[in-house]
Amino acid sequence: MIEFNAVAKRYPGGHQALHDVSFGVGDGELLYLTGHSGAGKSTLLKLIPAIERVSSGTVLVNGQNVSAIRRNAVPYLRRNLGLIFQDQKLLYDRSAFDNVLLPLNIAGFPHKEASRRVRAALDKVGLLAREKANPVTLSGGEQQRLCIARAVVNRPNILLADEPTAMVDAQYADDIMQIFTAFHQVGVTVLVATHDDGLIARHPGRVVRLEQGTAVQ
Amino acid sequence: MIAWAQGHWRALTATLGKLAANPFNTLFNSLVIGVALALPAGGYVVLDTLRDLSGGLSGDAQLTVFLDLEAKPADAADLQPKLRKLPGVASLRLVTREQALARLKQTEGMGDVVASLGFNPLPDALVVTASDSSEDTINKLVADIKALPKVARVQVDSAWIKRLGALLRLGRLAVVTLASLFAAALVAVVFNTIRLQILTQRDEIEVAKLIGATNSFIRRPFFYLGALQGASGGIAGCLIAMFGIWLLNRPILEFARLYGSEFQVRQLPPIDALAVISVAGLLGWLGAFLSVSKHLWQIEPK
Repeated sequence: MIEFNAVAKRYPGGHQALHDVSFGVGDGELLYLTGHSGAGKSTLLKLIPAIERVSSGTVLVNGQNVSAIRRNAVPYLRRNLGLIFQDQKLLYDRSAFDNVLLPLNIAGFPHKEASRRVRAALDKVGLLAREKANPVTLSGGEQQRLCIARAVVNRPNILLADEPTAMVDAQYADDIMQIFTAFHQVGVTVLVATHDDGLIARHPGRVVRLEQGTAVQ
Repeated sequence: MIAWAQGHWRALTATLGKLAANPFNTLFNSLVIGVALALPAGGYVVLDTLRDLSGGLSGDAQLTVFLDLEAKPADAADLQPKLRKLPGVASLRLVTREQALARLKQTEGMGDVVASLGFNPLPDALVVTASDSSEDTINKLVADIKALPKVARVQVDSAWIKRLGALLRLGRLAVVTLASLFAAALVAVVFNTIRLQILTQRDEIEVAKLIGATNSFIRRPFFYLGALQGASGGIAGCLIAMFGIWLLNRPILEFARLYGSEFQVRQLPPIDALAVISVAGLLGWLGAFLSVSKHLWQIEPK
């Protein structure tokens, strides 16, 4: 499903984030990407939706080489991925409902179908009652769940989450992991970058550890 | 196809919503563009009216050849074939002194004057239309005619029409220059509006790119915004021009009536108003296009 082959990433300015990373993520797998901060977890995740490009090596997603993908094909690649960002990237000028609606508008869904899907996604993360609320008025855990709803509303088969539990306390973190586990159980490939070892212990899955820019299984 | 149309419809309604959400911004932007457009639009209408006015008069050079007062009808008849033979004469019309007097009598206030004279002070006249109105031809023709017998005076009638024509051409140049300048101003105003709009929507653009928005999806609302801003400015411009003409027409009519005329500047015709609005919309789109091309690529998610 996702395959990293001898991936290296050097940022302009000389910082070498990844040296030689090779590993695969199987279809429907739940995989943790760990390592201390600065180990390259975020960089690695950004390579999958082509937010960043590799310096050398290849990244295959569903058999497509995204390290060499054309610029105008990038949007269509991203529509098949569910992205949950470390800094959330919610829009505070609109309701929770409209935040989740955005990916469907972009994909060109008819309004009725889109509304139905938005409500389904909000229901899955337990925010259906707050659909009219502005994200600012939501708690940290609720905001994170809203991000998940936005990521899954397109029904992607790959879910990428960068430190999804960093901004919430332990109990909310478990709630969030339960949502991910639920998606994993219905066949979604889930890739979670986290440095929270306790979380991994409570919700087991395969772990790939990044150390000084290389992968340790 | 339906998704495509729906995407456009959504972008259009969202843009209209955005304009309606900031009514004062929208109004003042429209006013700025409107004032800029009203001047050339109004100038164009005034010029058009004047051109119609002068269009009723022939632009061809006309010469009136006055004969000696002593000339007999036979002399006039004698002169006609000679005149026709001259190079540069296109047509010829005789106005006898009797016809001239009859016409003068019809002119208001002149009937009594003519009656009190007791005799006809007018000479026979031949109205010559020149084949072309270049100065050389006219000058040569005047000299040739003056050399003929029984000719007292040659008057070039069309000089003032030429002057008016030249003045109108000058006016048209001024209007075209003004229109070009203000068109550039319109593009600049929209360019800047869109730049600010892109900046305020920076987060939204970044998120949209991250979750799979194509460039055309992101650009579309800005194009609509530019075009709508331009078009609403065009509407404002037309209204300002119409109001200005309406305001001017009352004193113009009072002035013209002093000369027994019912002259008025005509209102901006609907088809021209439509042209102003569409061109303004197009220029707005152009401003948005330039702004989007320049600023949008700078927003890349990291």
